[in-house]
Amino acid sequence: MEHIRTPKILHSQISTIEKQATTATGCPLLIRCKNFQIIQLIIPQERDCHDVYISLIRLARPVKYEELYCFSFNPMLDKEEREQGWVLIDLSEEYTRMGLPNHYWQLSDVNRDYRVCDSYPTELYVPKSATAHIIVGSSKFRSRRRFPVLSYYYKDNHASICRSSQPLSGFSARCLEDEQMLQAIRKANPGSDFVYVVDTRPKLNAMANRAAGKGYENEDNYSNIKFQFIGIENIHVMRNSLQKMLEVCELKSPSMSDFLWGLENSGWLRHIKAIMDAGIFIAKAVSEEGASVLVHCSDGWDRTAQVCSVASLLLDPHYRTLKGFMVLIEKDWISFGHKFNHRYGNLDGDPKEISPVIDQFIECVWQLMEQFPCAFEFNERFLIHIQHHIYSCQFGNFLCNSQKERRELKIQERTYSLWAHLWKNRADYLNPLFRADHSQTQGTLHLPTTPCNFMYKFWSGMYNRFEKGMQPRQSVTDYLMAVKEETQQLEEELEALEERLEKIQKVQLNCTKVKSKQSEPSKHSGFSTSDNSIANTPQDYSGNMKSFPSRSPSQGDEDSALILTQDNLKSSDPDLSANSDQESGVEDLSCRSPSGGEHAPSEDSGKDRDSDEAVFLTA
Amino acid sequence: MEFAELIKTPRVDNVVLHRPFYPAVEGTLCLTGHHLILSSRQDNTEELWLLHSNIDAIDKRFVGSLGTIIIKCKDFRIIQLDIPGMEECLNIASSIEVFLCLFSRIQVLQALSTLDSITLMYPFFYRPMFEVIEDGWHSFLPEQEFELYSSATSEWRLSYVNKEFAVCPSYPPIVTVPKSIDDEALRKVATFRHGGRFPVLSYYHKKNGMVIMRSGQPLTGTNGRRCKEDEKLINATLRAGKRGYIIDTRSLNVAQQTRAKGGGFEQEAHYPQWRRIHKSIERYHILQESLIKLVEACNDQTHNMDRWLSKLEASNWLTHIKEILTTACLAAQCIDREGASILIHGTEGTDSTLQVTSLAQIILEPRSRTIRGFEALIEREWLQAGHPFQQRCAQSAYCNTKQKWEAPVFLLFLDCVWQILRQFPCSFEFNENFLIMLFEHAYASQFGTFLGNNESERCKLKLQQKTMSLWSWVNQPSELSKFTNPLFEANNLVIWPSVAPQSLPLWEGIFLRWNRSSKYLDEAYEEMVNIIEYNKELQAKVNILRRQLAELETEDGMQESP
Repeated sequence: MEHIRTPKILHSQISTIEKQATTATGCPLLIRCKNFQIIQLIIPQERDCHDVYISLIRLARPVKYEELYCFSFNPMLDKEEREQGWVLIDLSEEYTRMGLPNHYWQLSDVNRDYRVCDSYPTELYVPKSATAHIIVGSSKFRSRRRFPVLSYYYKDNHASICRSSQPLSGFSARCLEDEQMLQAIRKANPGSDFVYVVDTRPKLNAMANRAAGKGYENEDNYSNIKFQFIGIENIHVMRNSLQKMLEVCELKSPSMSDFLWGLENSGWLRHIKAIMDAGIFIAKAVSEEGASVLVHCSDGWDRTAQVCSVASLLLDPHYRTLKGFMVLIEKDWISFGHKFNHRYGNLDGDPKEISPVIDQFIECVWQLMEQFPCAFEFNERFLIHIQHHIYSCQFGNFLCNSQKERRELKIQERTYSLWAHLWKNRADYLNPLFRADHSQTQGTLHLPTTPCNFMYKFWSGMYNRFEKGMQPRQSVTDYLMAVKEETQQLEEELEALEERLEKIQKVQLNCTKVKSKQSEPSKHSGFSTSDNSIANTPQDYSGNMKSFPSRSPSQGDEDSALILTQDNLKSSDPDLSANSDQESGVEDLSCRSPSGGEHAPSEDSGKDRDSDEAVFLTA
Repeated sequence: MEFAELIKTPRVDNVVLHRPFYPAVEGTLCLTGHHLILSSRQDNTEELWLLHSNIDAIDKRFVGSLGTIIIKCKDFRIIQLDIPGMEECLNIASSIEVFLCLFSRIQVLQALSTLDSITLMYPFFYRPMFEVIEDGWHSFLPEQEFELYSSATSEWRLSYVNKEFAVCPSYPPIVTVPKSIDDEALRKVATFRHGGRFPVLSYYHKKNGMVIMRSGQPLTGTNGRRCKEDEKLINATLRAGKRGYIIDTRSLNVAQQTRAKGGGFEQEAHYPQWRRIHKSIERYHILQESLIKLVEACNDQTHNMDRWLSKLEASNWLTHIKEILTTACLAAQCIDREGASILIHGTEGTDSTLQVTSLAQIILEPRSRTIRGFEALIEREWLQAGHPFQQRCAQSAYCNTKQKWEAPVFLLFLDCVWQILRQFPCSFEFNENFLIMLFEHAYASQFGTFLGNNESERCKLKLQQKTMSLWSWVNQPSELSKFTNPLFEANNLVIWPSVAPQSLPLWEGIFLRWNRSSKYLDEAYEEMVNIIEYNKELQAKVNILRRQLAELETEDGMQESP
């Protein structure tokens, strides 16, 4: 297992490369990755270091899509398997599941060949009463022609979540067709006599937009709308916030105050709460008030995507399943033109376009999982792996900025789908506490109405995920999955035993002699919770007691390397370098990475236990 | 003293009770000598059954003739009683206030001696409704505990030098000391250590024979007094050629300051085989204030996200947690990785010292992660070791009058245990509820276990004869099942927790217990139990069938063989 110790990082994961001051040992190169891994390379010669630096900078910033990993990645699947992978998640199926088309909503072909809006998909659901004339008129009155379309339809009461970009209202402009469009949305929900219009921006930002001929809906011009601002900050604020939080995560042995202050000053959790609040507001409007909601921000592809998908997740248990969650991302993010390429910097571009928009959504899901541990079919690992692959460019799903671009690039013919890969390995991503008939998996998730600030917690499993020492050293999820797996085996064995017993009893009744095989010894051997010897080592507990290790009384003792500094820990822990293995194309991200270390088997583990199954490593 | 005299209005009708997570309920309020009881009129069930000693503070206010009493409990719960009639409300409030003084500030009450007033507390009146299978007062005898390692080493002995509590009033009658040191020497050492707390054995690490000892600070004073017997005693614990560590839980600065008051620390010149390490674990009012601020922050529902984190930070609670855990890890590291014995002390050796010695054992010794083992640890390292529970737990987060001796030392310890449990969820036999239960009983209980400040006081109070032990109740199978961690798999390894701030979250189960519903988390726990129970059930069934099958097959074989 030695080779695992060599770190492998996908070039597309590289976020920043920093040359640090030369030391006696060589030239340090600090590489920060988009999946929050930090790697320091020490290169003996400064010249070599510079060469590496230059080539890494070039490699980390490809200029053409064809340079990306997914175009060379080959998981040894044949053409048919690849094609099947791409149809695993089918949006038209999803709209059918919602109950569409129906009396109020229809599939529109107005955007055929992306004629009206090039960042929208071709298949769009609009109110039946919205004619092509209204749609086109409305689209001309919206930023980047992103006119109001359906995002989610709530079967139970006909209320819907629609999305668009901001109206080009300026200080006084209005557009009849756009007003008619909102009327049409209201009429498509006979249960309510108004529509909420949720502008997810801070009011000040929206007002500033008016000077540029953009802005927000004037309640006087649109009949029967209730207008609402929900102040989610823009991509630049979010980028800086993440940056600040990551600086805190990177601190070397920070004090508790350093950490809490830094976390607070980053504002990150405040932003998460703002997104959640917006999602909760919309979910309540739809499920409790039965009102339809039109959501927009500026262009309607960042905050709008976050908020629509959080609301859908709260409303519909389907999105809390493995497949449903893939559908949700496919729908609200991929198909509606979330600019993956710009936001996650897959190709070299404007750094000001980069922002952790979907990261925030993924974190919102995690925050919900913490509060509703039985409500989700998938586990934390699923979220982490999705986040990883949004940046990895190993699969084609998240390439480009729109459906149009992806079709032009023939992504489906040239790359593989992540969803098929995740689905194939779904056993790794299951939440053992999920049960389809559990009360938490039914209907809407109800969050408390009182604002609970302490509800939102720092997600060390994501932002410090490569600091294995910081994570809980035993995983309840893995433990329970192992139990469930054994339970399944036991169920099978029980059935077989009952059958055999019945047979023998019958045979004995007939006084016939049958030789039977010796029964197998018990498979049950306990689920070893052995601690990964590498991950579970003492850390720097002595703080500034620098003299302590050097004057260690037990000289020559193997264990005398008492103080592992953070740096040592980083380079010596093979788990830190666990990453996608390029040669085999096999993901080695799993927390259950095959053990290289010795694990102490539990006492009764001698017999025929399948150690790979029963043992889970808690690294 | 008759409680009846204190209760002017024993009963009020039409009282409305407001409490977390339940709708308001109307009922009859009864005040007895030890409890505040509210029963609703509908089906005469008790909605509230609150020990007076659980009340930390009360507020009252009036709107017209409707009075409201807000009761703040030591377990951080806040309940509100709306009482019609000003007089009734005032009477109830004043009775509660008297009880508050009686039970919470026993030490300042002039009318009664300290010990006499303790005998008025509920444990002396409580009659258990359960059958005692095992008397908890005899569950963890020092002799039995000693036997556990006497098989591994002959370097230690039990000493009865403190039989009459004459040598050290805060030590138990029986202590473990190096075999080579006689009782006479112990008496001399006691005069050199704060409170007579001479170094005793706290933990013996079977793996390599290293030990943790604890004591009070040495009384070196400003002129550097020394004590040959003290030096001999602690050197007696070292193997030939080995060195040890003295962990002083105070910063060097603080330790130096205590010299002016006759205290001090071991001079390297006199203890050449020992290396001293200073850590700084806070004590007393600093901890109490930290708790008060933390609970205030948790109860404040109005602030925004940012202020929540600032307030959490400003409370310093997690800083204390980190400091205590770090010191415990360091101690464990010295023992297990360095192969060096250690002596731990602060000033008195009754607070931070015990936090460190007991947490180091949690890390090092698998037994202390079992229910029995953890109970034994609390018995040994907290009760017997003389942590002054009566003083420290007199009041909790809502008290107005801060007394120097009040401090959530034990709660901090439990929080640290929870932190390790969170990081090693499968390595503990007990669950979070067990820790919460211990917290509750340390502050207010029907059992006598946490009464008094040390063994000497407990003997005088005749707690064993007159009260019930908490362990008698806890160790019944029906109770144990609530406290058992379904994920437990014996883990014989040393467990090294992370002390990075990212790894040490707020203990929501205790601090947000009354502020956020735990419904979904409880459901998840239940689901977890079901998964494991079902597995065990199947296992049992399969085993029975296998046995049946095996029997049938041997019968078969026997029929075949003749």
